[in-house]
Amino acid sequence: MNSDPGVIPSAAVLQAERGISRASSPSKSKQPDRPMLRRLLHLALLCLAIFACAGAGDPASRFNELGHQLMCICGCNQILLECNHVGCPDSDGMRNELMSDVTRGDSDSLVQQAFVQKYGPTVLAAPTTTGFDRTAWIMPFAALILGFGLVIFVVRAWRNRPTPALADGLRPLRGAELEQFRDQARKETDL
Amino acid sequence: MAQIGSYALLLALALSVYSFAAGIVALLSQQHGSERLGETARRAGIVVFAAVLLAAVVLVISAFRDDFSIAYIFHHSNRDLPAPYKFATLWSGQEGSLLFWSLLLAAYGFVLRLRYKTDPRLFAYASVVLAGVQVFFLLLVNFAANPFGLMAGSIPADGSGLNPLLQYPEMVIHPPMLYLGYVGFTVPFAFALGALIMKYPGEKWIHITRRWTMVTWGFLTCGIFLGAHWAYSVLGWGGYWGWDPVENASLMPWLVGTAFLHSVMMQEKRGMLKVWNMWLVFATFWLAILGTFLTRSGIISSVHAFAQSSIGSWFAWFLGITLAVFLYSFFKNKDHLCSEHKLESLVSRESSFLFNNLLFVLLCFTVLWGTWFPKISELVQGNQVTVGAPFYNRVAIPVVLLLLILTALGPLLAWRKTSFESLKRNFRWPFLGAVAVAIFLMITPQSWGSPFGLRPWQDVAYLYSLMAISLAVLVTFTVASEFVRGGRVIAKHTGQGMYASMVQLTHRNTRRYGGYIVHFGVVVVVIGIAGAAFNQDKEQEMAYGDKMSIGAYTLVCRSYTQEENANYGSEWAVLDVYKHGKQIDTLTPERRFYRASRQTSTMPYIRSTINEDLYLVYEGQNPDTGRPILKAHLNPLVMWIWLGVWIILGGTVLALVPNAPAPIRVPAARLVETSAVPVATGD
Repeated sequence: MNSDPGVIPSAAVLQAERGISRASSPSKSKQPDRPMLRRLLHLALLCLAIFACAGAGDPASRFNELGHQLMCICGCNQILLECNHVGCPDSDGMRNELMSDVTRGDSDSLVQQAFVQKYGPTVLAAPTTTGFDRTAWIMPFAALILGFGLVIFVVRAWRNRPTPALADGLRPLRGAELEQFRDQARKETDL
Repeated sequence: MAQIGSYALLLALALSVYSFAAGIVALLSQQHGSERLGETARRAGIVVFAAVLLAAVVLVISAFRDDFSIAYIFHHSNRDLPAPYKFATLWSGQEGSLLFWSLLLAAYGFVLRLRYKTDPRLFAYASVVLAGVQVFFLLLVNFAANPFGLMAGSIPADGSGLNPLLQYPEMVIHPPMLYLGYVGFTVPFAFALGALIMKYPGEKWIHITRRWTMVTWGFLTCGIFLGAHWAYSVLGWGGYWGWDPVENASLMPWLVGTAFLHSVMMQEKRGMLKVWNMWLVFATFWLAILGTFLTRSGIISSVHAFAQSSIGSWFAWFLGITLAVFLYSFFKNKDHLCSEHKLESLVSRESSFLFNNLLFVLLCFTVLWGTWFPKISELVQGNQVTVGAPFYNRVAIPVVLLLLILTALGPLLAWRKTSFESLKRNFRWPFLGAVAVAIFLMITPQSWGSPFGLRPWQDVAYLYSLMAISLAVLVTFTVASEFVRGGRVIAKHTGQGMYASMVQLTHRNTRRYGGYIVHFGVVVVVIGIAGAAFNQDKEQEMAYGDKMSIGAYTLVCRSYTQEENANYGSEWAVLDVYKHGKQIDTLTPERRFYRASRQTSTMPYIRSTINEDLYLVYEGQNPDTGRPILKAHLNPLVMWIWLGVWIILGGTVLALVPNAPAPIRVPAARLVETSAVPVATGD
């Protein structure tokens, strides 16, 4: 979670709220349900602002959060703050460095850049959101969107399949009568 | 001894090759006598089990006899190793674990070949596929990773000992469970490929393999969670899952196997998803092998990879060959796999299965992508990156939450089509119940302990935790409503009490209601995992009488002590635990030094309750000050994970029990004339 953007989103939210207020006031008399809509929008924006600001806390929580985004480089493959090797040649020094960076007030990205410059890109516990690393984040969500599209396409294609022809003399059931038989079948086969 | 083992393995290989080749010839040949040839192939396959079993027994006996002339025994055992771990030597290293894999595969083949009368021709095809896989593993243990290789030069007086991390009771059962899962997926794959090649009519092969798949899935589930519990109890970092490549390797076939267990119902009930199921079965098998390739080839580094060597190229070839065989068979026979029915509505059980499959496969893709990404990054931009827990947590958690929504909705959807009214009627109360629980969790004071006082605006982890718990409650209510609704119908017809009716309901459709119990177990696990949002930890140097506070607990250091035994020397702290000023326990976290391997290991002490685990690690002494260091973790709700696994396994076992017959209801007058004939209900 981003812990940096404390002020900017709040200001943006306030501006957005004012904008909505100005825009919505002329049509107030024509559409009496607008105030409710506006309140809901306010609430949604407030929620967004709260979540955007969440975590932008004190140095201790920033240290904890950043420490869980970095790896110990001793070869244990563990998150920096979870490395539990007594006498680990690296983790104590790295933690001290992180604490001094955070206490100095460096931003998250600055702290991370400093660690990457010193220890290499593998010190970050997750790929960054720049350059080729971005594909690591994009691919799963792209696959999700593609998959959803595919499933919806398949459902539509299967719905449009021709229904098998009925034998002579048989009448297809529809509507309430069909539902009644389905309910009956469900009860008799599922229980 | 080593010679006996080596010859047994060679014999097993020769028999497997014969079983494979003669089986193919018998199936292809239309001539008189091919049946007898096929029978010899089947019998050869049965004897393979005896030969591999002999080799495994020889290796275990060699471990117990401290036969350090065998290099494998020298590297993975020592004289003072306790007996259970000497037995576990069989799967503690590369060569032994491959032998163990061959043994389990031979055992599955043994059972399959004994049960051939169910459908001799389909079983003959499946037997050939199994024999092909068996040949590969026996080639490995004979020529690439022989467990009976001898030590060069003089025989050492003692062995190097077993890795200390493996000297834990769960390591005696965790690998067998995991391997039973991995290897077991070969059986459904063998049947699927056999059915595809022979253009097997109908869905009978699905019925035959259903139990195999469920048993295998149960073993893999058990193996994965035993591994998680082992990591939690031994590694000493306070967690149970670290998204390590070895962990990921076990998760991938599990995810696809779970998708298959769901989608197979579509094929059974509606004759749909035949192509998809074929691919899922293949992918499950292939991913199990791929995981082994990943972790043993050294391509991807892992803290859990206890065995690495150059056998990666063997696995790469095998993966390529199996893919080629499957693709050839699939494209040659895919016309046989066309669906028979149409899908009527988006709001139906069928489409819920489609989305369920999509999400499971997507999760598998995410895990595979994250596992491979460091290598891909190295190829593209010349440097590796780390893909650790933060990546998986951000990407996988939303997908798991979507899956929970589907788990809640799925049982309420009927096959073919569900009316919106019916869905609303069935969903209303579970939904309101879940919302009420979510509000309750948000407004309760945080002083009540976890998971009360969940304020989602304070941290995104709390938001996820609240969503996970609310959805878990939603699933629980929908599952409960299914039992209650069904129980009511039976109670109305039979006059029984509600509890007896629900028991009867479950007996009459064990698969369906066993499945619901599995779903309930999953949500219990999810609640346990959601507790991780509240984890706390604290590290402190503690001398005699020093205090450390964490959560509601106060730890007071009483003393430090040492102990020696033949296998290791240990040093442990004795701490009194107080809660609200009252002493409730004394904990003894330990640190061991294993002489044979000259390695240290922590043994955390875990005080586990239904609310939280107090997890203490004695980390040793500070090299600068000489003072002992203790680390305490307070991990809420962890016990729920282990309880959930028991429920999942209970549900799986229940689903394997045959349905009880439901009596046909006939008018009383006719009962006098005819006796009621019991019939089984469908799934």
